[in-house]
Amino acid sequence: MKLNGSQILCEALVREGVSVVFGQPGGAIMPFYNFLRDYDLRHILCRHEQGAAHMADGYARATGEVGVAMATSGPGATNMVTGIVTALMDSVPIVCLTGQVPTNMMGGDAFQETDTTGITMPVTKHNYQLMDVRDIARIVKEAFHVARTGWPGPVLIDFPKDVQTAEGEYVEPDGIDLPGFKPTLRGNVRQVRQAAKLIGQAKKPIILAGHGIILAEAYDELLAFAEKTEIPVITTLLGISGFPDTHRLHFGFPGMHGTYYANMAISECDVMVAVGMRMDDRVTGRLNAFAPYAKIVHIDIDPAELGKNVQATVPIVGDAKEVLGQLLAEVEPKEHPDWLQRLRELRIAHPSLALPESTDKMSTPWILRQLYHATGGEAILVTDVGQAQMWAAQHYFFDRRNTHITSGGLGPMGYALPAAIGVQAGRPNEEVWCVTGDGGFQMTVQEMAVIAEERLPIRIALINNGYLGMVRQWQELFWEKRYMAVEMQNPDFVTLSEAYGIPARVVETTDQVMPTYEWARRIDGPVLIDFRVEREENVWPMVPPGASLQETLEDPAQASEEAITVDEMREMVASGSGGGGV
Amino acid sequence: MQHTLVALVENQPGVLQRVANLFSRRGFNIESLAVGHTDTPERSRMTIVVNAADTQVDQVTKQLYKLINVLKVSDVTTDRTVDRELALIKVNASASTRAEIAQVVDIFRARIVDLARDSLTVEVTGESEKIDSIVGLLRPFGLKEMVRTGRISMTRGSGAIGVNGSA
Repeated sequence: MKLNGSQILCEALVREGVSVVFGQPGGAIMPFYNFLRDYDLRHILCRHEQGAAHMADGYARATGEVGVAMATSGPGATNMVTGIVTALMDSVPIVCLTGQVPTNMMGGDAFQETDTTGITMPVTKHNYQLMDVRDIARIVKEAFHVARTGWPGPVLIDFPKDVQTAEGEYVEPDGIDLPGFKPTLRGNVRQVRQAAKLIGQAKKPIILAGHGIILAEAYDELLAFAEKTEIPVITTLLGISGFPDTHRLHFGFPGMHGTYYANMAISECDVMVAVGMRMDDRVTGRLNAFAPYAKIVHIDIDPAELGKNVQATVPIVGDAKEVLGQLLAEVEPKEHPDWLQRLRELRIAHPSLALPESTDKMSTPWILRQLYHATGGEAILVTDVGQAQMWAAQHYFFDRRNTHITSGGLGPMGYALPAAIGVQAGRPNEEVWCVTGDGGFQMTVQEMAVIAEERLPIRIALINNGYLGMVRQWQELFWEKRYMAVEMQNPDFVTLSEAYGIPARVVETTDQVMPTYEWARRIDGPVLIDFRVEREENVWPMVPPGASLQETLEDPAQASEEAITVDEMREMVASGSGGGGV
Repeated sequence: MQHTLVALVENQPGVLQRVANLFSRRGFNIESLAVGHTDTPERSRMTIVVNAADTQVDQVTKQLYKLINVLKVSDVTTDRTVDRELALIKVNASASTRAEIAQVVDIFRARIVDLARDSLTVEVTGESEKIDSIVGLLRPFGLKEMVRTGRISMTRGSGAIGVNGSA
């Protein structure tokens, strides 16, 4: 049957199991949109193409399936770049489709032409410049395969306008022929045995579990492995909800704003099983002081992550689910009562997550803890970047699998709102909360229109302190409180939300927090709460940039006597002994 | 330390850009890069010479493998290899210096491939050090123009850098 390029592409999307796409049309992708409407593909109209990429990313994280974003050429494509890099750095499978000027005009600086494959080459896992209608079916199949296989990531297909209308046929590709792309899933048997031996000898072992647990759906294997060996589990920011937060073996998340005891567990452990994580600087702190006593078993699907930042004693290339399964079969049951006791004592001595039952202070940690109580811990939280993100990760307890969705590597403010749209579209029956700050919210606020239009029941907890809070915190702690460009003259968010047709309320006192959560949860549709929070609250604990995990700063109000004080840390940073860091 | 990497890649648009991008993004300065077809037209072979520490080369090799079009990467630095580079050197040559230059060319088993009234062009093939030497000897006559292909390398013996089972 004769089809055109657009129809062949739609056909290919349907065959990949795509049911929802996020995007916005424009000149160079109009033929495709014209035919898209004939297919059983739900299209969600973003209001900015960055939003489309974040929506596809949120959809992919929430469902484990490849998210699809589309945009026109030129500005449509360039606007998507932030979302593409976000997906790259966090290993999220998305396929982006961009329009392009007709092939005979390419390279001539035509209207809305840009070298999209050139721009996105270093920030995609792979990208394709379509030039021939006969390649479409094969390239779409390859693109989805590459996006979801091995370490997941973004793939872009650039689709010139004349190829969209060129006549051709849909010919089912016979398999995938990518000789240079054969990820190793199963761990090397000898390495696995060596790892099991190390684990068997450990007195103070820990598991450091990352995003790979969620991406590989290795929940059961991780739980069984941890319980069989009685090894405490620390989940990285992106690993949160890969292991139940309230499990007796769970000890928080590590790194810059992780719990004190997680950082000390890393610093004291003798064997570390790091799985599905990439030793990001926000996790490790200063590298030469990271896990100084540990022999490290590092499991990752991406060989380039092994030995990149931290040398492992036993590096294992493989899929987290596969390798944990292999390890589970190799290890003997063990108990570590003394070590667990040590960590529990640390937790009692450094109770950064202990909050009062009631308070008059509009403290964000307390407000987010109330969200945990209000939702019974059942909600999916999609969080932005900055203080609110850290507080949500700390003070909401995630026991349900894959219910904490946030961006890690790139840290793009404005992520949460569009990502929440993707999450809600992918898991329509779940209660989705978008936790964002007044800064991040305004970076992608236009997507409120999408939420209203699609009647997505997203609940927005806007943590409004009138500052770019994390930058303000750094200026306070490390730049002598010389505030510069951090105070925000904000609109009235309730009026703004209502202008989009989304009911909203402001909360200024703590006695209104719980009733307002209850009000929001009763509403059948989207809703926004503008929390006017303490303006100059800081996120604790904190490992200053360039410092080691052993130098974790605690809330001055809670810190024990031997802890390093903020003033001491300022001196260290000023004298350069803290080392360089970002 | 100088490393010689050999990369087998799929002969597709953009693959050279991907490889070159990766080196610059990871902080490597490419000393030379030679690329051409292999015995199969779908595959190209790159010989890349870089200055870097061993651990850095390990990392960049792994990063190269992450490129979908890269089939095989070998660091042949410490292997026994045949290394060759070709240079064309246009050197000032008057009637009085021509004979002297010809003697140098002869000793290096190079060839004079073009001759003009006041210059001549030398073609020389060999290991990079040999080319450095002849360039050093010709420089006093005045170099007008020079081009070098960059190194290509092949391991000695019957073993071959292929993709069977190892990509």
